[in-house]
Amino acid sequence: MRHSVAYTIFFAGAVCVVCAILVSTSAVSLSELQDANATLDKRRNVLLAAGLIDSSRGVSAEDVEKLFKNVSSLVIDLESGEPAPDVNVDAYDQQKAKSDPALSREAPPNSAVIKRLPQYAVVYHVLGEQGDVEMIVLPIEGYGLWSTLYGFLALDADAKTIRGLTYYQHGETPGLGGEVDNPRWKGLWPGRIAFDDSGEVVIEVIKGQAGPAEADPHQVDGLAGATITSRGVTNMLRFWLGANGFATYLKNYHQGRSER
Amino acid sequence: MANSAKKAVLDPLFENNPIALQVLGICSALAVTTKLETSIVMCGAVIFVLTLSNLSVSLIRNLIPGSIRIIVQLTIIASLVIIADQFLKAYLFEISKQLSVFVGLIITNCIIMGRAEAFAMQNRPALSIADGLGNGFGYSIVLLITGAIRELFGAGKLLGYTVLPVVTEGGWYYPNGIMVTSAGAFFIIGFLIWGLRACKPDQVEEEG
Repeated sequence: MRHSVAYTIFFAGAVCVVCAILVSTSAVSLSELQDANATLDKRRNVLLAAGLIDSSRGVSAEDVEKLFKNVSSLVIDLESGEPAPDVNVDAYDQQKAKSDPALSREAPPNSAVIKRLPQYAVVYHVLGEQGDVEMIVLPIEGYGLWSTLYGFLALDADAKTIRGLTYYQHGETPGLGGEVDNPRWKGLWPGRIAFDDSGEVVIEVIKGQAGPAEADPHQVDGLAGATITSRGVTNMLRFWLGANGFATYLKNYHQGRSER
Repeated sequence: MANSAKKAVLDPLFENNPIALQVLGICSALAVTTKLETSIVMCGAVIFVLTLSNLSVSLIRNLIPGSIRIIVQLTIIASLVIIADQFLKAYLFEISKQLSVFVGLIITNCIIMGRAEAFAMQNRPALSIADGLGNGFGYSIVLLITGAIRELFGAGKLLGYTVLPVVTEGGWYYPNGIMVTSAGAFFIIGFLIWGLRACKPDQVEEEG
C-alpha cells in the first residue's frame, strides 16, 4: 500500500514526538537517582583508597554516608595549592573541567600522558574524632598500556606516607595490568614513603619484588607481565605528587600543620 | 494460535537460535560475557528492548509508510535502548558502569532490527511479543553459558563468588588467561555452535 508524502512526513513527526516524550520522561525522572549513584560511587572509592572499607561491593549506601561524614571535600587551586572557597564542591566536576578551556590549561609535557590540567582539584580530608586531618585523599590519573587509569591515592597526615591506592576505572588487560585491582597488590602500598628527605618524589613500582615497607619504603612490587602498566603507575604518582600536581598543596598543608 | 505462539517462543532457543544459527549479535556476546553478572543484566536489557520493539512495531505495522519503515523501527529501538540504559544507570549503577557502551550498542544488535523487520512487520502484536521473548531467550542462553564458562575458568568465580580459588589469592587454580579475552568467547561460541549442529545436523550449512 502506498502512502502520500504528507502522510509519511506526518507519521515520521508523530513517531519522533512520541519517542522523544518517552525518552525525556525517563531521563528526567531518573536523573536524581543517577546523580546520587554517581556521588555514592565516588565516595565509595575515596573510602576504599583510604582503607576505610575493604571492597567497593557489599557496602550499603547508608554505611558509605555514615563513613563519609568523617570526610571533608575541599576544592583547591592546583597551581597555587590554596583552597578555592568560591567553587562549590558538590557541583564541581574535575573531569568535565578538563575539557573547558576556561577551567583548565595545557599540561606541560609529562610521562603520565596527561594533556590538560584542571585549574581546580577536589581533595578529601579524612578527619579523626577531634576533627584533625588523619588522611589526605588525592585524585590521580595517568596512562598505562591501553587506557587512562583513574584512581585515588591516600596519604597519611604527614603528607609523605602512603596509606592506600585504588583505581576505579581503567581498561588494562585483565589478569596482567588489570591486577592493579588485586587486593593483595594494593595491600603492598600502605606504609611506603612517597618522598625522600629532600622532598623529591621517589616512590617507584619496580620490576620484580620489593621488600617489606619498613625495609624498602620507596619501592613496590611490579605487576607480573605488566611492565608498562607498572611504569604508568610510577609515572602518574610522580606527576601528581610533583610540582605540576599536588606538591604545592601538600607543602602548604605541611606548613600549616607545623605552624599549628 | 496457541501453537504458533509456543513455536515462536521455543523455536529460537535451539532450532533457530539467533546467535548459533543466524550468527547475529556476536559483538555483544563477545564483549559482555567476561562475567556472568554482566551477561545476565545484558540479557535482561536485550529481552526488554527486543520484546517491546517487536510489540510497538507490530502495533503500528499497518500505519508505517513502507519508504521510511527502517528508520521508524530504528527510532523505536533507539528510544527503548536509551530508556533501558537510563534504568540501569539509576538502579544497577555498578553493573551499568561495567557494561559501559555495550548497553547503548544494543541499538546495533542485528537480532533486534532483524526481528522487527522480518517478524513484527508481518505479525499480530501477541505473536510478536512471543517472538521477541523467544529470540531474547535464545540470545540469553548462549550469553549465559558463555559468561558462566568464562568467569569460572577465567577468574575462578561464579557471580563473584569464588569457586576455584586462584593462585594470586592463595589458592591452587591458575586462571586461564584466554578466557578473559574476547578470543576466549570466540572459542566457546564456536564450540557451542559445533555442539548444537552435531546434535541437529539439519542446521549445518551446505558447502560450496
